[in-house]
Amino acid sequence: VLVSVVCSPPQNYPLYIRSVPTENQLKFHYTVHTSLDVVDEKISAMGKALVDQRELYLGLLYPTEDYKVYGYVTNSKVKFVMVVDSSNTALRDNEIRSMFRKLHNSYTDIMCNPFYNPGDRIHSRAFDNMVNSMMMQVC
Amino acid sequence: MEQGPAGGPAAAAGAAAAAAAAGTGGLLLALSESEQQRYSELFSRCCPPPEAAAGGSSVGELFRASQLPPDTLHQITEVCGAKRVGYFGPAQFYIALKLIAAAQSGFPVRIESIKNELPLPQFMPLKNDSEVRYGTPAELHGVKFQVPHATLEKNSYKRADEGDKQEPKSPPMSPICSPPASPSTYQRISLSYGYGKSRSGLEQQHGGRIKIGICTLRVNLDVSSALLAPACGWCQCPSLQSLSAEREQQDSSAHYSDDPWRITEEQRDYYINQFRSLQPDLNSFISGSVAKNFFTKSKLPIPELSHIWELSDVDCDGALTLPEFCAAFHLVVARKNGYQLPETLPETLLPEYLQAASLKPMRDCALFDSYSESLPGGQQTWDFSRTEKTSTEEVPENSAVLQDGKKDDKQGIEINNFFFFPILTAQESNALKARPRSRSYSSTSIEDAMKKGEEPPTPPPRPQKSHSRASSLDLNKIFQQNTQAVRSGWLPPPPPALPPRPSASQTEQPSEVELHPQMNRPPSQAEENSSAKKEVVLSQPPSKPARRKLRTETQGLETPELSPTINVTSSLPAVKPHLPVQKQSSKQKRAIQTAIRKNKEANAVLARLNSELQQQLKEVHKERIALETQLEQLRPVTVL
Repeated sequence: VLVSVVCSPPQNYPLYIRSVPTENQLKFHYTVHTSLDVVDEKISAMGKALVDQRELYLGLLYPTEDYKVYGYVTNSKVKFVMVVDSSNTALRDNEIRSMFRKLHNSYTDIMCNPFYNPGDRIHSRAFDNMVNSMMMQVC
Repeated sequence: MEQGPAGGPAAAAGAAAAAAAAGTGGLLLALSESEQQRYSELFSRCCPPPEAAAGGSSVGELFRASQLPPDTLHQITEVCGAKRVGYFGPAQFYIALKLIAAAQSGFPVRIESIKNELPLPQFMPLKNDSEVRYGTPAELHGVKFQVPHATLEKNSYKRADEGDKQEPKSPPMSPICSPPASPSTYQRISLSYGYGKSRSGLEQQHGGRIKIGICTLRVNLDVSSALLAPACGWCQCPSLQSLSAEREQQDSSAHYSDDPWRITEEQRDYYINQFRSLQPDLNSFISGSVAKNFFTKSKLPIPELSHIWELSDVDCDGALTLPEFCAAFHLVVARKNGYQLPETLPETLLPEYLQAASLKPMRDCALFDSYSESLPGGQQTWDFSRTEKTSTEEVPENSAVLQDGKKDDKQGIEINNFFFFPILTAQESNALKARPRSRSYSSTSIEDAMKKGEEPPTPPPRPQKSHSRASSLDLNKIFQQNTQAVRSGWLPPPPPALPPRPSASQTEQPSEVELHPQMNRPPSQAEENSSAKKEVVLSQPPSKPARRKLRTETQGLETPELSPTINVTSSLPAVKPHLPVQKQSSKQKRAIQTAIRKNKEANAVLARLNSELQQQLKEVHKERIALETQLEQLRPVTVL
């Protein structure tokens, strides 16, 4: 099972990337990067949607041959992208949502840290732990 | 470096050893004669005779002296059952020794391997060069970390200390030691020994104590007041001994010794002072940016500070409450002293724990603040004390206690010297300024420690010199003596008996609200002089206009000014000097003091208002951002 987590601010560079297992990481980088376009598309297509969690969660961005990509965007236009192996059919939409929610919460916790400058790469151990535990859960 | 086995104890213990060994969970250890002798000697070395279990520290020391890698020692400890039972009984000890011998011979650490005939375990005695080794507090901490074992009996420490408390002889017992491993490696090993970390909050060590600094000095003295068999060659960790001696002698707050993550009372007081320097209201937060600037002064690298913040800001709100701040500060101090930061916040640094532990002192701090700051927020501090999970009936108690241990703060300040923390110098002046107030805090914290059932090393002078709950008469006398001339002189003497009295008078409101409203005047005025706006002068209970008229006009001027600012009605300093005669010469002074006080109070109010408005501004900003986002979404779709 492959999960890759990336969050990136509006300028679309990654703040944090983690994937399990760690090979093919570059490929996931690329996938995530391309999916950012789709995310932007969805954001701009949101129409009169209110900004609430439901809308923040972008759902399945697009399915490729091997894996699915899910997206999520926060109020401040920080995007979370998750790549999941297609063979992992056990992952349901709700689970993905909850994972994104956890990510978002951890991200806000990081934001609260005055020593963190928005736009820095994320080195927080707490965030790492959370992501690890999440990915372990999935795999 | 085999030492000759001690004959006497060996023989006696030999039988016991065999029996004990036989009794180890069904495992029959055949100990040869020499093994028995050696083991029993080592065991007696590690634990004084009356004790049934070996002191973990000395055992740890011994194990380390075996020069085995730390994880091997871990394994050995597990296998021998010490972890399971939680202490090193004779059986566990002997098995462990056997395992050490096995490991040193190259066998794996297993029960099976010790069934063979093995040579005696070799221990490299550690040298007593305390100066060399424990020159830096960092190393000392490393030493402390080693103390670790599963459960260290405090008893064992006590006993050790009895040994230690022998006069600090110059190292006659200077054991026959080979030069120690380099201090750094030693420290590394002890740190990596890992017990301390694995049991961080729960361990009974108290490495982070301020006494560290003192310990480095004493190490030389205690160097070889060996715990045990004097004739034996290898030395117990001298620093450990000194530490335990320290601990026993000072033996202040902690139940446990050498826990680097436990905050002592002095440290807590210091942290509280620092908090106050950043944020006068102990009840509220230090914002993230303020805290960032403050901690950046410590010159720790940003990632570490970031991690410290993550650990300590438990509610992740971007602001530090007092317990969070204490935890963060403590982590910074520990880091500066060479400890590695833990991955998770140790139990003793959790805000709930800190709040519970410091309930009384904090409450008193809150009370005192309410008195001293004459802020409208006085009410808040009252609420704070209530919400602090303690009954408010504690309040009168604590006010009584407030007078105690004024010296403790001084100790706390002195102790600062032991921290090579850059902020110290900068903030020490603040701390000094806050001394009159903080003294009461340290007193309460000492009280708290007392109530925890520990014995403070030098009990702070008990309240008698300042009659906290005493009848107004005493205060009357005092104030009469000191009305005029002393007023200005109250500034200089830091822990004089006098200044606290006014604060005492202020804090005794609950009991003495009705008494002597006049008494507050001069002391409060003097305090206005002495401490920057923090001194209370909520001296006038707003409900005593009648008495005011009795006073001279200056007082009359003051009271109406004071009363509006006094919200903490019930807690107003009731003790007012009976000064029947208001000296005319001080009228002008009083007028000026009044004006100063007024301005200070106004400042405080405005500052508070400012902070509240800032909060509102933040919220409005957030709303604005949310609205803008919505707007973005509502814009017509742009075709890509």
